[in-house]
Amino acid sequence: MGRRSLFALGLAAGSLLGIGLYARRGRARERIDLYFADGSMSSLDGGSSEASRLLAQARDGLRAARP
Amino acid sequence: MTDGKTALSELTEISSQVDAAVLFSADGEVVASTLPDTRAKELAASAKALFEEAGRVGAGELSQLEAATADGSLFVVRDGDLLIAASTGAEPTSGLVFYDLKATLRNAAAKPKPKPKPKPAAKRKPRAKSSGTS
Repeated sequence: MGRRSLFALGLAAGSLLGIGLYARRGRARERIDLYFADGSMSSLDGGSSEASRLLAQARDGLRAARP
Repeated sequence: MTDGKTALSELTEISSQVDAAVLFSADGEVVASTLPDTRAKELAASAKALFEEAGRVGAGELSQLEAATADGSLFVVRDGDLLIAASTGAEPTSGLVFYDLKATLRNAAAKPKPKPKPKPAAKRKPRAKSSGTS
C-alpha cells in the first residue's frame, strides 16, 4: 500500500470520527433544566421521553419567537 | 417603577443574548412583548404549556426553566402571577440570562411610584394697610 493510500485512509477515518463526535456533541446539548423554588435543580437529558416532549413544546415557542 | 413594555425594552438593551421576550400572566394573557401580537400570543401559549408540563415533572414548585435545543434556548421564569419567556441563540450564558429575566420581572411587577404632589402655593399674607399718608 502506497503512502498516498495510507494518507487517504487516515483522512477518511479522521473525518468520520470528527463527524461522529460533532453529532454526539450536538445531541448532548439538548436538555431541559428545571429550577425549583426550594433551590433544587433537575436536568433532563434530551434523549429521555419526558425531555423529548418538553423540547418539542420549546421548539414551538422558539419558532414563534423567530421570524 | 416601570411598566412591562419599558421593562422589556430595558432587557433587550442590557442583554445581548436575548433575541425576543414576552411577559404574560399565569392565565396566559400577554402583558407586553418584543414581538408582534400574533407571535407574542403563540410564544406565551407555548411557554405556558411548557412551564405547566415541566412543573408536573418534579415534586416541588417550579420557578424557572431552560429548554436547550441545538438551534437555541427558551427560558421561562415565574414570579408570582407574572411570567417571562425569552429566546436566545444556542449555548447562552444561562446564569446571566436568568438574572436579567428576574430583574425584568421585578421591574415589571413593581408599582409605579406616585408623582409627588406639587406644593400648594404659599398664601400671601394680605399686606398691611399703610397707615401713613403720602
